[in-house]
Amino acid sequence: MSSKDLTSAQTSPDEIAAVIQERGLRGSIRTLTRLGLQRVRQGELGPLPVILGLIVIALYFGSQTSWVFLNARNMSNLVLQIAAIGAVAIGIVLVLLLGEIDLSVGSIAGLTSAILGVLVVYHDWPWWLAIIVMLAVGAGIGAFQGAWFAYFGVPAFVVTLAGYLAWQGVQLRVLGSNGTVNVFEPHIDKIAGSYLPTYWGWALGVGVAAVYAAANLLKQIRRRRAGLSSQPLVVLLVWTTIITAISLGAVGYLNDYAGVPTAGVIMLGLVFFFAWLTTRTKFGRYIYAVGGNVEAARRAGINVRAIRIWVFTLSGLMAAVGGLIFTSRLTAASTQTGTGTFLLEAIAAAVIGGTSLFGGRGSVWSALLGALVIGSVSNGLDLMSQPPEIKYMVEGAILLVAVTVDAIARRGREAAGR
Amino acid sequence: MSQSRQKGRGGGQRAASPAREPILELRGISKHFGAVQALTEVDFEVYPGEVVALVGDNGAGKSTLVKCVAGAHEPDGGEIFFEGAQVRIAVPNDATRLGIETVYQDLALCDNLDVVQNMFLGRERVHQLVPFAVEPLSELEMEKRALDVLESLRVTTLTSVRARVAQLSGGQRQSVAISKAVMWNSKIVLLDEPTAALGVAQTEQVLALIARLREQGLGAVVISHNLAEVLDIADRIVVLRLGRRAATFERGEATPDDVVAAITGSRMLKASGDS
Repeated sequence: MSSKDLTSAQTSPDEIAAVIQERGLRGSIRTLTRLGLQRVRQGELGPLPVILGLIVIALYFGSQTSWVFLNARNMSNLVLQIAAIGAVAIGIVLVLLLGEIDLSVGSIAGLTSAILGVLVVYHDWPWWLAIIVMLAVGAGIGAFQGAWFAYFGVPAFVVTLAGYLAWQGVQLRVLGSNGTVNVFEPHIDKIAGSYLPTYWGWALGVGVAAVYAAANLLKQIRRRRAGLSSQPLVVLLVWTTIITAISLGAVGYLNDYAGVPTAGVIMLGLVFFFAWLTTRTKFGRYIYAVGGNVEAARRAGINVRAIRIWVFTLSGLMAAVGGLIFTSRLTAASTQTGTGTFLLEAIAAAVIGGTSLFGGRGSVWSALLGALVIGSVSNGLDLMSQPPEIKYMVEGAILLVAVTVDAIARRGREAAGR
Repeated sequence: MSQSRQKGRGGGQRAASPAREPILELRGISKHFGAVQALTEVDFEVYPGEVVALVGDNGAGKSTLVKCVAGAHEPDGGEIFFEGAQVRIAVPNDATRLGIETVYQDLALCDNLDVVQNMFLGRERVHQLVPFAVEPLSELEMEKRALDVLESLRVTTLTSVRARVAQLSGGQRQSVAISKAVMWNSKIVLLDEPTAALGVAQTEQVLALIARLREQGLGAVVISHNLAEVLDIADRIVVLRLGRRAATFERGEATPDDVVAAITGSRMLKASGDS
């Protein structure tokens, strides 16, 4: 790996480390800026646009609401508002990575919510059994749709569009003539209605930072020992500081109000798990491979059909998780659950977060970031007492901008001859 | 059948490799698609440490022959021997299990994955923390192995093995695809038009890489349209014409004219009798 040919465009973390080691801090900042710009031109944007967007949104709504938007109580609220959409968006991210789309997640969330309500309230099932059944139904529907797509070659768009209608029909049938089921079951209501005690919140914040630091330090030590390029300690230190600040800052802020919301912890846990699954396991690698080049994946011996079915299964499962959190937050399952903007907000969250609609590019983290954007805008407009029609228009515009950024980035990659 | 083999031999006396056993030997391979007879009783052999060029006009059956070896097509008739034993290659996995790797023209790389991820695609190494349940990828091991292979083939143009393939040039991609093929203790590498889409400098790179496959004792089969290139790297040139083996030339015994004549069939007799 000789040649410090920095005009060619490879900027992996290793590369950055090498640059820093070679040129000292001053020269490296200039070089890295240049590499960064090059990367942007070539369409390797990463989470940069959405993080910038979040900052702008926070400042705008903060200034428009005499900073009520940013206070602890509202932030705590925001976490609760995005938990359901965030969970569903994780499933959408997986499907998008595959290069497909799932339009049925809203209806699946609504149907599973109805099943939960009816089982617990009308049939007196224990809460845990009802939850298991609702999750199983979500996963089962996902598997069914995935198999239909994988075996018959019907475009996933159409299969899940059919599902969008059909499952909503089943949802109405399950709820019956009463329409709304009030779910006053303490365990279920606690999911979105409880907060971690202060000390557990702190433990969580410290834990996240510590695990991050330890995992990365270990990785760098092992890389160095194996004789592979490794990051300089400075870079590691900077990142650890940033993560620790965010983690402890968030916990401290939320503790100022009522503590870290349980639903937020659940969503974060799911993001961590799926981030691990997609980046550290064969299964995750194969999702990216199928989304990147189906033919290459097939020739590499990957069972494309199985991967597709599994991904849609997970999408259905996450839709049910979203339905569960949503039911808990409203303490009800109604004919409205999962309808309206629910589906589009979940898809928008995934795309706004930086996951490409064209497959193979993106990260589970974009579900969290995108849900934050969508949630912030919705929450902020509410605080400014804007009517729903304004909300729809703004959300639509943001989605369009996000997809446009994605499309232009893709063009940039192609124009770079890549 | 030995009759037809002699006929097709076109003068090559197998002089360069008298005592060696071929790793791969095809005898009387036929393949038809509907009414089209793509291959008619073709014999073909690859020795360890040699580069065989497979040339012929469009539709001569080059790709079909390679696909029969790679497991993409199953031949209708004929026998395949691998290291002396008769084998059946019905699906791509049969070929890879034997140690036959194929570098397709369209490379079959995932643009969105990096070099290491592509080289190990479908054959990732994992830590078995909890077998069948928790098996994280061992990236470190894979990266080391990939670096070793790239180094042994002296692929030095990559700045980072963690760069996404989308960021590589055509020559670099081809190098990655070939390195990937070599990594699995393969014995034969089949290359379909490896330099078709490359510029001059990058073509040089890839040809040097193919020469290194020979140094490492692998058999390489190269389909190519570029005669200069073929004459430059091939130890043996096998000419297919209309689905039959039309001629064979050992290294240095053929002029471009001879090869062209064999490809087009215009002076076939002369080509056969020439050497």
